[in-house]
Amino acid sequence: MSTRSKIIQAIEEIAAAQKKTLAPLTDDLALTNSGLDSLCFALLVARLEDETGRDPFSESDEVSFPVTLGELIALYEHEHA
Amino acid sequence: MNTPEITLRGFLAQAGDLSAGMLHGPKRSLSLDVAAHCTGFKNREDFRGRSILIATEGQLAAALVLIELDGIARRMVLCPPGLADEHLRGIVGQAEVDTIVSGEADVARYSGSVPHVVSYLEPSGPMSPIPGAVRETEWILTTSGTTGAPKLVVHTLRGLVGAIAPIVPAARPTAWATFYDIRRYGGLQIFLRAIVGGSSMILSHADEPLDQHLRRLARCGVTHISGTPSHWRRVLMSPKRDLIAPDYVRLSGEIADQAVLDALKKAFAPASVSHAYASTEAGVAFNVTDGLEGFPVNLVSQSRGRDVEMKVVDDSLCIRSARMASGYLGVPDRLHEPDGFVDTGDMVEQRGERYYFIGRRGGIINVGGLKVHPEEVERIINAHPLVRMSRVSARKNPITGALVQAEIVLNSGGRNVDDAIADEVSALCRAELAPHKVPARIKIVDHLAVTSGGKLARPNG
Repeated sequence: MSTRSKIIQAIEEIAAAQKKTLAPLTDDLALTNSGLDSLCFALLVARLEDETGRDPFSESDEVSFPVTLGELIALYEHEHA
Repeated sequence: MNTPEITLRGFLAQAGDLSAGMLHGPKRSLSLDVAAHCTGFKNREDFRGRSILIATEGQLAAALVLIELDGIARRMVLCPPGLADEHLRGIVGQAEVDTIVSGEADVARYSGSVPHVVSYLEPSGPMSPIPGAVRETEWILTTSGTTGAPKLVVHTLRGLVGAIAPIVPAARPTAWATFYDIRRYGGLQIFLRAIVGGSSMILSHADEPLDQHLRRLARCGVTHISGTPSHWRRVLMSPKRDLIAPDYVRLSGEIADQAVLDALKKAFAPASVSHAYASTEAGVAFNVTDGLEGFPVNLVSQSRGRDVEMKVVDDSLCIRSARMASGYLGVPDRLHEPDGFVDTGDMVEQRGERYYFIGRRGGIINVGGLKVHPEEVERIINAHPLVRMSRVSARKNPITGALVQAEIVLNSGGRNVDDAIADEVSALCRAELAPHKVPARIKIVDHLAVTSGGKLARPNG
């Protein structure tokens, strides 16, 4: 499964478990408008760490916080240098 | 010479011209002038000597009631929103509450629980000077206790404003804001800064989406903003973050790590970014302005005889100052050590010339500023018939600081259906607990260590 589909699937499952209504998941969707709250993002990052072995937020002090869904996916798609 | 009156109205009277200062709620705004001179009560004198629970839904009404009744009431209990009925009864009993001030819609909910339930209306009529003497009102703040029931922490306004320094006049008028509720210690500190300085304040509302909140902050000309690192991480992820251009960014309430400090410095340059250490019990201890996580060792080693004295005992930060609470109400729990210090339970580690916070003693888990006691989650998990014991701990998380995770040991009967049981336990937790308390991961283990004292061994415990 591609990183992108893993992330989309995780978002959909977390939103369902947390009873959140998701906006259509397009690349330019602002994460703050996605329907997910901080706890959902925390769960997402933890789950992706379990599934991919990566936590790009903690890999570097230089991390720029993603604003859109596309940027979030890119953060996981790019190998850490 | 008379000592100036230490009340909210006293501070407003000393602040000079109030006509430019505004209190901005999510729906309406009101000038400090009106707040200082008009009343929303029929007769404020009725409240003299009473113990009053302020249970208005919104923060603007709570702010106005505080201004009106400080110096008249014996006691004001600041009630955070969403208080459960069982906790309400406890608070009424422990604080000897005889009066609840609420919004009109909630009068029915509270009536019968105390002798007087009063709805607060818009301030309209002029506030008549109160004939009797001004008294030092007790300010009661709530904090979560070990059983989940709030603990009532006793402060005075004198202590609460102890850390407030005058603001250096700037090019534009100061407008304070916080992502906290002003009925919590961290938010109250910001509200008091606005009152003492006669400056505007933009109040938050729990139901307001962040983007809308940021737009409102921008519209009201925010200059000084405070929040937890979790609040700020959320701001950093908002496309609307560029709407605000604060001069001052303050973090408190959780450990501020270097990544969030650096990200804020970059996002809001040239704003000054600082992180403060405070707790409801110990008050404000210090503010770190050098942009680095942790704090200099000499803040502690050179604190003897200063306004705020600090020491580190068994890795826990201990604080003594005139800003700390005087005690708890209604429970025998001791707030101070015999030497007068408050043991914060915030564990620090010295590396070089700096102390760094490493977490809470006893493993209290802080999920985005919300406390989780491992025991309350374990209690739910352990109720599952196939679970023998469980240990709940923190899992580090870059978004909320921590998430809850659980390890469970099954009864012998449950060996072959591990996954199904983990799902059942998860469902049980979702049904019984607030979302942030539900374990993000449940792991089935063969055994969990127990100390010689018969207690579950916890890291840092």
